[in-house]
Amino acid sequence: MQLAVNIAVLAAIYALISCGYVLIYRVSRVLSLAHGELMMLGAYGLAATASLFSGHPLVAIVASAALALMVGVLVYGVLMWRMTGESVLAAVLATIALGILLRGAMVLFFGTQTRYPLQELGWTNASIAVGDTARISAAGLALVLVTAAVYGGLFLFLRMSRWGIRMRAAGQNPLLAAQRGISLHGVYALAWGLATFTGGMAGMLITCDAGIESTLVTIGLKAFPAALVGGLDSLLGALVGSLVVAGAEVLLIHYVDPLLSDVVPFFVLLAMLVVRPWGLFGTREELDRV
Amino acid sequence: MSSPRASGYFRTSYARDQALLDTRTQKIWLGLFSIAACAYPFFAGAFALDLANQVLLTSIGAVALMLLTGYAGQISLGHAGLLAAGAFTTGILFKELAAPFWVTLPASAAVGALIGLLFGLPSLRLRGLYLAVSTLALHFMVIHAGQEYETRRGHSTGVVIDPPAVGGWVLNDPRIWYFVLLAAAAAALLFSLNLLRGRSGRAWRAIHGREAVAEALGINVRAAKLSVFVVSCTLTSVAGCLFAYYRGFVSAEAFSLYLTIQYVAMIIIGGIGSLLGAILGTIFVVLFPYAIEALMAALGLSERLSSLIFAVNYAAFGMAMILFLVFEPQGLAGVWRRTQAWFLLWPFRQKPPGK
Repeated sequence: MQLAVNIAVLAAIYALISCGYVLIYRVSRVLSLAHGELMMLGAYGLAATASLFSGHPLVAIVASAALALMVGVLVYGVLMWRMTGESVLAAVLATIALGILLRGAMVLFFGTQTRYPLQELGWTNASIAVGDTARISAAGLALVLVTAAVYGGLFLFLRMSRWGIRMRAAGQNPLLAAQRGISLHGVYALAWGLATFTGGMAGMLITCDAGIESTLVTIGLKAFPAALVGGLDSLLGALVGSLVVAGAEVLLIHYVDPLLSDVVPFFVLLAMLVVRPWGLFGTREELDRV
Repeated sequence: MSSPRASGYFRTSYARDQALLDTRTQKIWLGLFSIAACAYPFFAGAFALDLANQVLLTSIGAVALMLLTGYAGQISLGHAGLLAAGAFTTGILFKELAAPFWVTLPASAAVGALIGLLFGLPSLRLRGLYLAVSTLALHFMVIHAGQEYETRRGHSTGVVIDPPAVGGWVLNDPRIWYFVLLAAAAAALLFSLNLLRGRSGRAWRAIHGREAVAEALGINVRAAKLSVFVVSCTLTSVAGCLFAYYRGFVSAEAFSLYLTIQYVAMIIIGGIGSLLGAILGTIFVVLFPYAIEALMAALGLSERLSSLIFAVNYAAFGMAMILFLVFEPQGLAGVWRRTQAWFLLWPFRQKPPGK
């Protein structure tokens, strides 16, 4: 029972992170390897707003979420728009470089001490009983709920809203979309904004459990296999992929060796790449984009 | 190999066109450069010597990555894993069997070739981004295997390796190391140059251009891909072996993802598709942290930020990479080519039309 809860929480973490990878890839065919760092920035944003609006935790959360959205748009507006239409390698490297830059800048601005945003908000992380044998932390429960809400919201947004449909159109055929009057830069900026927003939420919620540490970046990277296993351009796939990867990770750690934690997602990734490179739910695109 | 000169210098035979050095000026410059390189350790201090050694050591790996990514167009994010493979092969053979230098070096090369085959297999089905991701996954596997060895055998902080000895003669003087590394780097460079001007190099460039066309021209695409992976990985693994001996210490922590990124940065900053670029990029990336440190000392910030120096390094390095990607995609080799053209064409700004 406890194992099932652990899998659910880890899957929620991976799902919340990997929908950022999927959003950016689906819309602009760029793989963002700065996602872990952007998550961390989101967490630091929460810590900063928590001390700024001390006593008003809800205001702080809303402010930090808005901040994450703005940071994402800013990343596109300052750096990534120059990579639109460049080769895959250049775009991926630009995100890698951005990640390194952010990692250094965050240490410079926020120091190396582990911070606990939850305490700064003035809340405690209660442990809640599930059934009669398992327990889940309040932050873990919040993670599962937020993930469900984010995915529900994204499905509705992409299906129903005008901008969501524009985003899907740009992802399917950028040239045609542009000729139909869709602003590609606007759509791409929105994708980056949303991805950073969801990643930032993931960062905030994870650090509510564990505190802000540099391992957050590794978690961000480990969520990438989840996105790819499900198919890089499918949100449903990201959800299923997260379940697969989280399940494999928790079970292998429990029954085989805790040291495996960092490699299991990549084992699953390699297996998937050999069998079905485009993922469980992804479209079988032409993989020729060097 | 090099582009035709602007001054009306024409080659008259294919052999001449393929020659490594085709003008007398180039030969003279190479001679002067070799003399300077050989004289360097007798004038440089200990610190400058160590820097030169690092540049030479790193350049082997950078040249190998340039072959793979810059010429054959196969993106790899697993370079640190390959260095680790060579270093750990050396470390494990030394610790478990007390194997000497002349056993560990070929063994590292063999392991590198094997892993190259393994890294190359996904490339038969995957391209571009997906290939990059699969090499990234393999990087984590290799590092995990190294960590597993460390914890299982109780070397949790790393494996200490004695300096290599040939007969009764021990290689521990940095000056002798300099010559060994110079020879190794020159050999790697010459090896790569020779491969590139031959059939294999043409095949690699063709699969970079377009695979379908390469296949139509009679190039065995699978063989070309696997061969470039094997060659590049073998070279890198040998570099890893040398790295282990030079440091005298092997630990999985040394081969982080950041190291891979540094190698990729070398070929980007140097300029994709140029061996000169690989070397210029190596010099840039290896000297960069020391330059930052010197700059901070000059600005009087080093006391205040001494504990954060690595963060300053990260931030500045990321910034430098971004600036190169955005403003100078041709890299340092592109700058070099432009400078050369500027002098060749002077007083004109560009080639007169019709020539």
